Amino acid sequence: MTIRELSDVKFGFTVIFTPLGFGLALVASLVIPTPDAVINDTAYQVILAGLMLLYLATGALAWFRPNRREQFAKCAPFRFVMGLVLLAWDLLGTKYGALPMPFFPGPSKITWVFVEERAFLFTNMLYSLRLYFCGFVSGVVAGVGTGIIIGWFRPANYWIMPALKMTGVIPAVAWMPFALTVFPTSFMAGCFLVSMCAWFPIGFQTARGMQTTQKVYFEVAQTIGGGRLYALFHVALPNALPSIFTGISTANGLAFTTLVMTEMMGARGGLGYYINWAKAWSSYYKVYAAIIIMAVLFSLIMKIISVIQARALVWQKGLTSNVEERG
Amino acid sequence: MSKNVVEVVGVCRTYKSARGEEVHALENVSLTVSEGEFVSIIGSSGCGKTTLLRLVAGLDKPQSGTCSLNGAPIVAPSPKSGYVFQQQSLFPWLTVEGNIASGLKARGVYKQYKDEVPKYISLVGLDGFEHSYPHQISGGMAQRAAIARSLINRPSVLLLDEPMGALDSFTRAGLQDKLLEIWRANGTTMILVTHDIDEAIYLSDKIVIMTPRPGKVSEVLEVKFPHPRHRGGAEFLGLRRVILEKLNLASAQPQPEYRI
Repeated sequence: MTIRELSDVKFGFTVIFTPLGFGLALVASLVIPTPDAVINDTAYQVILAGLMLLYLATGALAWFRPNRREQFAKCAPFRFVMGLVLLAWDLLGTKYGALPMPFFPGPSKITWVFVEERAFLFTNMLYSLRLYFCGFVSGVVAGVGTGIIIGWFRPANYWIMPALKMTGVIPAVAWMPFALTVFPTSFMAGCFLVSMCAWFPIGFQTARGMQTTQKVYFEVAQTIGGGRLYALFHVALPNALPSIFTGISTANGLAFTTLVMTEMMGARGGLGYYINWAKAWSSYYKVYAAIIIMAVLFSLIMKIISVIQARALVWQKGLTSNVEERG
Repeated sequence: MSKNVVEVVGVCRTYKSARGEEVHALENVSLTVSEGEFVSIIGSSGCGKTTLLRLVAGLDKPQSGTCSLNGAPIVAPSPKSGYVFQQQSLFPWLTVEGNIASGLKARGVYKQYKDEVPKYISLVGLDGFEHSYPHQISGGMAQRAAIARSLINRPSVLLLDEPMGALDSFTRAGLQDKLLEIWRANGTTMILVTHDIDEAIYLSDKIVIMTPRPGKVSEVLEVKFPHPRHRGGAEFLGLRRVILEKLNLASAQPQPEYRI
């Protein structure tokens, strides 16, 4: 029997089983009274209900599309246990106060921050996004640009490559004191640092990808009548594309780190700044809220990049195991 | 009398080997190929046949002697001489269609001639595989696509560097017939480098036999009998025997000792 052909009965069971954990957590949150009157359970309960609805909906969708059933069934145990974890956390943190406060607040307290401070959180999130976008995009442009110059011109490889290698190993945040003095605004300084940290891996990988182009492709380009520019933009650069994306993935991780660090140190807005500000008031539950937003935001950015990568490298599908088959 | 497309006169080419020794890849080699002719260059490995082909393509330069195409000296690679490489040479990031169109795009004439692309896809029998990527098709199909990519530029001569070297014998026979079909349909002048005697006899008007150390032309044989040629026919086998003798492969005999 293949897993693909899940019977209706069996699949029906997984559709009920999947949101059951969240359901139990919701019931517990509703039924057991919360001792601390300051804590508002509403946001947490809405989120639980939302998760239940989401999984019921995807389950219903999979009911009509049998090819999705396998995937849904595979995730069922994990989603169920997630619900149980939330249940346990809620009981320990919110209902019975068994965790040391204020460092380990319950889920209700953290999720209520999304309601209570939505405007301030949202503003800070936009700050972070703006800094990430400006810094990372300029880093990608600078990195690919430098990589092309190094990968294409021999003298540039001789003179610039060692400089790139030397400055590349320095964590970008080490330039912070310098950046904060030189640039007129903390935003520009942050932009510079994020773009610096992205510049090195992308530049290096672009150059390497171009330099490893097989000679025969250049000879083909010549015999079909292509000039130097054709060889650069239609041979060396496409050949470098997989390694450019390797550079971009590496740079992305570094950029998140640099982003949060610069916000914590010099900035007047952003999620890193928010964490610092919340910490100053000992509002650790707000720190958790910001961390959750970061997790969601950064995962989303990574997902977007991997979608772009899969699109750009569609020709590699089946050629290497580089490109993920599914998200 | 048909005109000469390719003229190679008194060409010498030496290399420095890794150990610093001078290797005479070609010594005083001359060759003429007239319009519409199918010429095979045959010889053991190291006889300089690929070097000769690369000189004609403009991918390499001789130390002395001249190479010319349609009367003009060859100084650099040009789409006038199409080249099909021995190894897989399709751009992996382009589909079959994209690879064939790249011949036009590289010259910047894609917009004018884009209707040609489907014609050449059909010519090499790749209908239905337009949107496949090179790693998704077989080696024989990839070589046909590479041939189409060169032919779409309407070259004066198509240079084939052991294009069937990496193929199994069934695919190879199929590709040989395809090549003859294209040759007849387009009338393109072809120069084929091979180490397969049967392939040379099956395809060519003229067979150039080369010998190594130093690489030079030892004999040029005309193949007179008509197509389609029967691989087991008397004329075929007779010529095969002649070539084997010229290449000193006819019978077991002590091989010269090579230093390795």
